[in-house]
Amino acid sequence: MRGQLHLWIAQRVTAAFLALAVAVHLVTIIIAVRGGLSAAEILARTRGSEAWLLFYAGFALAAGLHAAIGLRAIAAEWLGWRGRGLDIAWLGIGLLTALFGIRAAWGLYHG
Amino acid sequence: METLKVRIWRGDAAGGAFSAYEVPARENQTVLDVVSEIQREQEPALAYRFACRVGMCGSCAMEVNGRARWTCRTHVKRVAKPGEALTLRPLPHLPVIRDLATDMAPFFDKWARAKGSFQPKDAPDGAVPEDFAVVPPGSKPRREADAGIECIGCGVCYASCDVVGWNPDYLGPAALNRAWTLVNDVRDGARRARLDAVSGDAGCHSCHSTQSCTERCPKGLDPSSAIAGLKRSLFWDALLGRRG
Repeated sequence: MRGQLHLWIAQRVTAAFLALAVAVHLVTIIIAVRGGLSAAEILARTRGSEAWLLFYAGFALAAGLHAAIGLRAIAAEWLGWRGRGLDIAWLGIGLLTALFGIRAAWGLYHG
Repeated sequence: METLKVRIWRGDAAGGAFSAYEVPARENQTVLDVVSEIQREQEPALAYRFACRVGMCGSCAMEVNGRARWTCRTHVKRVAKPGEALTLRPLPHLPVIRDLATDMAPFFDKWARAKGSFQPKDAPDGAVPEDFAVVPPGSKPRREADAGIECIGCGVCYASCDVVGWNPDYLGPAALNRAWTLVNDVRDGARRARLDAVSGDAGCHSCHSTQSCTERCPKGLDPSSAIAGLKRSLFWDALLGRRG
């Protein structure tokens, strides 16, 4: 039950962070491409920038966890998939999804 | 005299079907009046439940034209247009005993699981406290408790809740509302155990705040806000390390 409380808290906290992060992400895209922007110019800005790495790594982690916890609730309610084993599997799926995003953020920083 | 067409689900836990009846359409008649008339005049074996007939006891809830309602305070003309039929079923999400009578035991068992009984702080083991507790009626916790205290246990919120339908272990709006009134009772000493009991997937954290309970509560209570209060208390307790 404590684990379930913590999953719920994780989803609320990631939701609050995502609300902010999605806004920053979209506004940045709109501002950045207004005058036309090439991939090379994007990379020039993100490469070596710890701030963008941290922001997008955090974004990916929050999105991965938030989505997995949400899917866990849908699977429990609609398919009756419940149990500790499945909870661990959902956590794994969330972290794996996050890892793909973090890898992309690392690529922009380091690549 | 005009007649009112009524379809009543008849059967038991093994299954059943609708039976059709007709009663005189009167200017003033409640759904419970109609059911009583059918039982007395046409179908003596019809099973249903009522006691007070004035909206106090919470016994007579049924599903009326697709919505759970207290039938003693529901006028037919409020739920069926002239010429429209009444369709009555037992409350959803509860085992059927027979016809319109459901077994309320799972509903009240969940009140017990949510630790819905008062645990006096100053008087363990049922002892009588030395003095009266002074509880200012205008204080915030008392107002929170007062907001949910008038529940009559009719089960309308429970029958209207999608989450109860999806998860049979879910405590449901009434039990969680009761827990919230006690969490806000300053004389109660079981806050921590109660919050533990209402935490998690079977408790307040499964609620999606769709508010059917609040929408349909015949007493105008707001179990949805009570559940939000439980979530808020558990959130801050966990974050501030008050839960160990």
